[in-house]
Formats: sequence, structure tokens, C-alpha cells
Amino acid sequence: MFGGYLPSNYLPIVVFIIIAIAFGAGTIVAGYLVRPKKTYPEKLSPYESGMKPFSDARTPFPMRYYIIAMLFVLFDIEVVFLYPWAVVFNKIGLYGLIEMMLFIAILLVGYFYAWKKGALEWD
Amino acid sequence: MLSFLFFYLAGVTVISSLLVISLRNIVYSVLALLVAFIHIAGLYLLLNAEFIAAIQIVVYAGAILIFYLFGVMFFSTNLKAKVIHHQYPIAIIIGLFILGEFIVAIYSSTFSMNRGEYTVQKIAEAGNTETIGMLLYGVYLLPVEIASLILLVAMIGAIFLAKRELKT
Amino acid sequence: MEIGLKILVPLIEISVVLGIVLFHVAYITYFERKILSHMQDRLGPMEVGPHGLLQPIADGLKLFFKEDIIPAGADKIIFSIAPIIVLVPALIGFAVIPFAKESITIFGLTFKPFITDINIGILYIFAFASIGAYGVILGGWASNSKYALLGGLRAGAQMVSYELALGLSIIGVLLLSQSLSMVQIVEAQNRIWFVLLQPVAFVIYVICAVAETNRLPFDMPEAESELVAGFFTEYSGMRFSFFFLAEYANMILVSCIAAILFLGGWHAPFKFLEFIPPTIWFILKVYFILFFFIWIRGTLPRVRYDQLMKFGWKVMIPLSLANIIVTSIVLYIVRG
Repeated sequence: MFGGYLPSNYLPIVVFIIIAIAFGAGTIVAGYLVRPKKTYPEKLSPYESGMKPFSDARTPFPMRYYIIAMLFVLFDIEVVFLYPWAVVFNKIGLYGLIEMMLFIAILLVGYFYAWKKGALEWD
Repeated sequence: MLSFLFFYLAGVTVISSLLVISLRNIVYSVLALLVAFIHIAGLYLLLNAEFIAAIQIVVYAGAILIFYLFGVMFFSTNLKAKVIHHQYPIAIIIGLFILGEFIVAIYSSTFSMNRGEYTVQKIAEAGNTETIGMLLYGVYLLPVEIASLILLVAMIGAIFLAKRELKT
Repeated sequence: MEIGLKILVPLIEISVVLGIVLFHVAYITYFERKILSHMQDRLGPMEVGPHGLLQPIADGLKLFFKEDIIPAGADKIIFSIAPIIVLVPALIGFAVIPFAKESITIFGLTFKPFITDINIGILYIFAFASIGAYGVILGGWASNSKYALLGGLRAGAQMVSYELALGLSIIGVLLLSQSLSMVQIVEAQNRIWFVLLQPVAFVIYVICAVAETNRLPFDMPEAESELVAGFFTEYSGMRFSFFFLAEYANMILVSCIAAILFLGGWHAPFKFLEFIPPTIWFILKVYFILFFFIWIRGTLPRVRYDQLMKFGWKVMIPLSLANIIVTSIVLYIVRG
């Protein structure tokens, strides 16, 4: 049913992830047994410099964060293309070099467009 | 062992994907999608595609889903949008269409033993990332450049749409 | 038996690494307080143990026994798991760090100087580091507090922005090492450390690493003077300490990566210094970078958030792209 080998190098990573989650959850659960639980409304109210909280805490925020996240996705994909390129750089010769220069140049067009339109500005 | 891992990963992927579309709280949906993406990366690992597994997490979990999260937080705090339910019929039709496409694709592909030039042994010798690099920057020169153009179009389109907001 | 041994050795290694990392995390907080104090002509912690050496243990115990408050109106589930989402990626990154040169054999069991060596080591660390951002954003969102929400948003945007330049800066190293495996990157620096061949990339990496770990002068997400404590304003007790643990574990992790990618890992700087064990060299390098982190915290003022984002997008990203272009062209000419 499955061709190939079990990537056994990754097994310790899986074990590590499980241990790390168990460590985190275990510490909190163990703490739950010993720590005090005395709550009253004033203690539970969110911090707002000593005042009673007013209006919804989930306030609207600028669209810029959203745009930055969007630009990040696009650039991240570009970075991902660079990894396999860097690893085989010695083998692919001039073609590979020119191809990547073209790739970066095309994305720089978008980058400078974003710059010019003020997507990278914060005020 | 392999089958167990496969069924675990596939099972969690399916369950968390179902949770993504059925959970009421949209932030929980994002978290369920995160779980699904990580388990899909595990499935890639089982297929010995370690580079794709890493990219699955870097791009989907680390970038696209962060973008969703910002989007969800942005729209849930800024617009107080109501959940739209009258799109069900259209969604079901599109879903069935895609399902049909998958079934056709699966049945028309041959699960034969000859798997072309790149066998597991060959990739293991050359290295997964290296093989992908050689192919991307050798045989598939043009598609890579087209990919960069698509990214450019996406970037310009996104900024164009957001331009009005940026001015204010 | 085969499979038992296969599990046992990594289990021991993971426990040892986890223990060492947590120990160093605890003592980095101590060193930070001590170094900062002495930079400001103070003494720092002195009461608990000689020269306050037991202070981290006292702090840990105190936090463990503190009440764990979930604020009213908070999203309980996400509020509870956000600290774990932050902590786990910070810890598991250490799985691929090579601490020394050779394996050691104890009781017939061979322990490699790393938990595992995978072909995509550096990508693996980045992949999981990017998941840490969820914990920060969601922790801020779930708290039902304005400060926490703003801190989480700022942290998210800052982390993703600097992640780009960070990813781009190491491409130069990968061009030289021709591998993504941490072990092979160290071995590629047999003759010359990459910091000498990639000084620009090193500077970019260190700046981005400071920003990624939300340290001063880039600690905008938790800027005390504007946002109380940023995304973990509402956290207390053990969950609060997880954000702290994660911050310091991440600091050690990025220092380890800097030592491996740029400072030659466990390689000695000169041939005649090779009598000092490789592990000592590795630890020295990591502590050198950690000291640098604490040093700039004691020296530099915090920048403004708009300056930080502009700097990331308008300086670091073009600079790292230029570094890649120059490096690849020079490499092509040199290697013919």
C-alpha cells in the first residue's frame, strides 16, 4: 500500500512535540491542584488602568495590519522558492542564476508598487 | 505502524476539516484549520516529501492562515458581520462539482507500479529539496517565472483594492 | 527490541535537552537581571542564595503557586491554550540543533550530539517558529482586554514582517552550505565561518532575531509604557510564565541558530584552540550572542512602532534581497 520508507528521522520530532505539549498541559494541570482559586468580579475584570472597562474590548483596528499580513503571504511564497534554488545553486549554473534574478526582479516591481502606493507606510 | 500513522493523520485531517466548516466561532475554525494543516504536513512526511511538508507548514500554517486570522479578527471587530446562511445551495452545488472532479481524477489515474523516473531511492540519494530544486530551475523554468508573475498580479491587485483604505 | 531502542535513545535525549534548555532559560533570566543591574550600577537579586543564585527557582515556585485568573468575558478555551501554542514551538526547535561534534556511548547506547538530523533542519525550525505567532495573536484576542488585543496585533504584524527578512537573510548561508541540514551547515564551516563571508546577512539575522523574539529595542508588543504588558496583560500564574519561558527559550534558540549558521557551530576559531571540547565552543558562542541581546536591552531605547515596521519593510527586506543577489553573482563568478 505504501511505497518507500518510514522517515524515521522525524520520529524523535513527533515524540518531542508530544512531550512538549504534555509538559505544558501537565504543568498547568498540576498547578491547578495547588494554586488558590478565590475569584470575585473586580479581580476578573480586564485591566483598564483602574477604570471600569467600557465598550467592547475587541475594538476595530486599522486595515494596515490586514494588508501587511497579505503582503507577508505573497513574499513568504517568494522566499519559499528561494530555498530549493539556494540548495542547488552550484549545479544549475548560469541559467538558474538568471532565472532567479528575473524572478526577484518581477517581485521587486510589486514591492515598489506597494511602496509607492503607501502600503508600507505607518502613521 | 505505517497504516496506523496514515489513518491517524488522515482521520484527524478529515475531522478537523469538518470542524472548520461546522464551528460557530470563526476563530475556532481557524484553529481547527491549523490542526488540519499540520496533519496534512504529516501525511506529506509519510510520502517522503519532507520539503513539501515543511513548506506546507511555512506557507499554509505560517502565512496564509495568519492572514485568515487577521482577516477574521479584522472583520469580526470592524464590521460585526452576520453569518451568511443563504449561500448553502450554491455551496453544495460547487462542493458536489469538486467531489465529482476528484472522483474522475482518482479513477482515471492508474495506480500502477511504474512511477516514472523519480523513485524513492533516487530521491533519497539526491535529497528531496535538491531534487525539487533541480526540477524547478531546470525543466520547469517557465512555470516558475509564471508563478512569479501570478504573485505580482496578486500583489498589485491586493494593493489596488486596499488603496482607498490606505489613503485615509 | 529494535523499535524499543529506537524510541528509548531519543526519549533520553529529549529529556536531557529539555532539561538543559529549561535550566538555561531559568538562568538567562537571572543573568539578564544581573547584567542589567550592573550596567545600571545596581546589584540585582541578592537575597535568595549566594548572590541571588537561587532567584530563578524562587520565581518559578512562586509563579507555580499563584492564582491563575481567566478574566471575565475572555474566550476560555483559546485563553487557556494560547500559552501552550507559544511554548511548544519554542521548545521543539531544539530537536535539530547539533550541540557537539561526536556521538557519545553510555551503557552501550549511542547518543548522537543532536536529537535528530533532518534534511530540512533550518526550514523545520522556521516552520514551527511561525506557529508561535498564533499563540501571541490569539492570546491577545482571547483576553477581552484592549491592551492585550493591540499587543497581540502588533506582535503578529511585527513577527511576520521580520520573519520575511529573517528567511531571506539565511539564503546567503544556504548558497554557501548547499544544504538545509544543521549538521551539514556546521560542517561546511570547517575552514571559514560564514560570518566572515556573509557579514551583511549576519547583521540582518541578528536584528531580525531581536525583533522576532520581541526583545528590546523592538519589544513593541509588550511595550510597558504604552500597552501595560501587551498580549499577556491579562495572564497570571503558570500561563503567564509560559509566555516568559517561550520568550527566553526562543532567545536561546535564535542564538543557537546564529551560532550554527554564522559562527561555525562547535568549530573552534583557530586550529590551536581545538583542545577545548566542541561543546564548550558552542556554548560560548551561544552565550556571547545572548549577552549581546541583554547588552542592547541595557543600551538602546525602544523605537516607535511605525519606525519598527518601516524599518522592517523598507530597509531589512531590500537589504537582504540585495545580499542574495550580490552573493549569488559573486559565487557564480568565483566558482566559475
